[in-house]
Amino acid sequence: MILRRIAVVAFVALLTSCGSDDSKSERLTSDNTTPKKEEVKKEAKPAEVDPMTLKGIGPIKSLTLGEIDEKLAEEGHVIFKDKCKACHKPTKKYIGPSPLGIMERRTPEWIMNMILNPDVMVKEDPIAKQLLAEYSSPMANQNLTEDEARAVLEYFRTIKKK
Amino acid sequence: MMNKIKQIIVLMFFTGLLASCGNISSNGNSSTSSRGAIGNSAAERVYVAPGDHDEFYAFVSGGFSGQLAVYGLPSGRLFKVIPVFSQDAEKAYGYNTETTPMLNTSHGFVPWGDSHHPDISQTNGELDGRWCFINENNTPRIAKIDLTTFETTEIIEIPNSAGNHSSSFVTENTEYVVAGTRFSVPVPQRDMPINEYKGNFKGALSFIKVDQKDGNMDIAFQILMPGFNYDLSHPGRGDSHGWFFFTTYNTEEANSLLEVNASQNDKDFIAAINWKKIEEYVKNGGGTKVPANYAHNVYDEHTHTATSTMMKEVLTVNPSDVPGAIYFMPTPKSPHGCDVDPSGEYIVGNGKLAAELTIHSFSKMIKAIENKDYDGEAYGIPILKYESTLAGSVKQPGLGPLHTEFDGKGNAYTTFFISSEVVKWKLGTWEVLDRKPTYYSVGHLMIPGGNSRKPFGKYVLAMNKITKDRYLPTGPEVTQSAQLYDITGDKMEMLLDFPTIGEPHYAAGCPASLLEANSRKLYKLEDNKHPYAVKREDQATVVRKGNEVHINMTMIRSHFAPDNIEGVQVGDKVFFHVTNLEQDYDVPHGISMIGANTSELLIMPGQTETFIWEPKQVGVWPFYCTDFCSALHQEMQGYVRVSPKGSSVPITYTLDGDALTE
Repeated sequence: MILRRIAVVAFVALLTSCGSDDSKSERLTSDNTTPKKEEVKKEAKPAEVDPMTLKGIGPIKSLTLGEIDEKLAEEGHVIFKDKCKACHKPTKKYIGPSPLGIMERRTPEWIMNMILNPDVMVKEDPIAKQLLAEYSSPMANQNLTEDEARAVLEYFRTIKKK
Repeated sequence: MMNKIKQIIVLMFFTGLLASCGNISSNGNSSTSSRGAIGNSAAERVYVAPGDHDEFYAFVSGGFSGQLAVYGLPSGRLFKVIPVFSQDAEKAYGYNTETTPMLNTSHGFVPWGDSHHPDISQTNGELDGRWCFINENNTPRIAKIDLTTFETTEIIEIPNSAGNHSSSFVTENTEYVVAGTRFSVPVPQRDMPINEYKGNFKGALSFIKVDQKDGNMDIAFQILMPGFNYDLSHPGRGDSHGWFFFTTYNTEEANSLLEVNASQNDKDFIAAINWKKIEEYVKNGGGTKVPANYAHNVYDEHTHTATSTMMKEVLTVNPSDVPGAIYFMPTPKSPHGCDVDPSGEYIVGNGKLAAELTIHSFSKMIKAIENKDYDGEAYGIPILKYESTLAGSVKQPGLGPLHTEFDGKGNAYTTFFISSEVVKWKLGTWEVLDRKPTYYSVGHLMIPGGNSRKPFGKYVLAMNKITKDRYLPTGPEVTQSAQLYDITGDKMEMLLDFPTIGEPHYAAGCPASLLEANSRKLYKLEDNKHPYAVKREDQATVVRKGNEVHINMTMIRSHFAPDNIEGVQVGDKVFFHVTNLEQDYDVPHGISMIGANTSELLIMPGQTETFIWEPKQVGVWPFYCTDFCSALHQEMQGYVRVSPKGSSVPITYTLDGDALTE
């Protein structure tokens, strides 16, 4: 009995004295796997967000659209068929949403960022997060260049209901 | 009595308390710590925090698994087992139609191999991280692994060879990868009495030219040496660049009970080969082209397909035709390892049965050759006087020396199989500096870059043949292992042991920074030249050609296109040619078909692979994705309708009820 008590005391001493070694626990939590503070913040309720004010997260900060460039749209159509059509049909919902009418729902910057940076978008952009929840299949990163994504955007401007 | 026990216990606890906390406080400067391996500091030095990367890659041979395992050091974490010489059902290597030709040989398809000595390509004697080569011992072959894809991309069979063991080591600029035969055989192979071995069998040393652009391997020449056993080898470097050194045993030329009969001679040889001289001789038309039959298998990363070509000729060189190119250096007692220090001056011969390590000097060897300091000859090859080439010897270092590596700071590290230890000794003074036990029976050891001009002398990895009680038991068959030692201090410190895949004969290591940035993330669909590649869903087809049905399908998260296929009949040979349309990192898909007599496919983004299914029963049979790919992975499935032979059900294929073509 006495022996056990001694053992407990010594063990407690061991724990307390070693507990002061907090440099290690600091090192452990300062790596990039720790959630960032922004993510922990309360999210804005979806209803409060006007999608047409959101530019998304990614390389495209600002984009002004001019007249539709038919040639660029045709290039975009080819890229769409090669890289996107396995999940998106032009005029109907499929694995992912249809791009029909997207220009009325989203800003051009948001559309391009969703194509170019989907991994971050589905984690951090409120609309993209909603879409992932709705469709379950994450938007795939098909590694398009900015020029290719721009061409796809131009194609989206030309899609009309059949 | 009771009091005494109490005192002892109290004392023990407080000692433990001090020791354990002392280690924790040494956290910051652990590399300079001189503590034993028992302390916590050892754990911290091998701890790589979640999400952090290791400092070194280690490519550890899988021995009789036939494969090559990729570990991180210092953590000992296993990242990948690269299939090389054996079929791998997990990755469909040697099962799918694309990679089956990789395992073709002159003996037909061989599903297994015995992989031994990985070596990373070099430029100017330093690791360059382009390729890793590895030899197959049983059916002699050399493989090349591309270190951007970590895939086996080429295998060449070595004719006139058997027990391809003194392989696959590269010269200083990867001009050649070299393969020597352990077993001598009749050359060419023929029907003859075994006991006429002596004087009739030959030992082929093969120099395989490596194309500097694409790494393509081609046997430049084979030196037909006397019928000894050529055990291990290493290239010269620095001043000795242009030479290659091979240990020999069985210079007795015994053909039975070698255990006794090949251990008779007091000294065997290290063969020194001036390959530059032989290269020149061959360039000037020397050598004899002889008929041969060996497979050369090349994987094309654009077609994602391997082709096997049977080669019909090889150039042989008779040593006596190139005087001054080959010499023997007597080396005591069946030397095994043949290791050259970073400067290229010292050639270490580890006499398995000798009481001391023998170190030859390259500069003394050159002088001895100039002075014709001979002690007779063997089959026309001059034998240099033992004393004339000897630089020194390490006295009573241990029992059963096998292999030596170098730390670049003037020290050598040798493994001792029988006394089960790693011994550190000093080049030049030959004094033993330290010794540490291994658990148990160490074979090879590896310091990253430790067989090059520029070692990264931070760790040595010892690879053990026996583990017995080191891990939880798993029945009669237990794992083999590797053990990691810190070699930055005066004394070695054991940090970690971890189980390995198969028997770890040798390893090659390099700083992670040499490979990490070049590691490929995916295959571009645009570059896919596979004849059955389908790059868009609406181009998927199902085509009948007689009793062959080719299903040219696509996969993307999370469906196949097509996923409903009808018109297949019992007795058909159905080819699933499957293209992964994903163009994102780490999104492979798999596919398997119920009852297919083959493995699954595991297809990387942008890649096309094929398996064959021969349906034997009428019914509607499902296939599905085998690699959890998304939240809807469980939905990634399809059906094939199998009708009786001669049925009138036409070939149709759909996705979501629609035909796929526009």
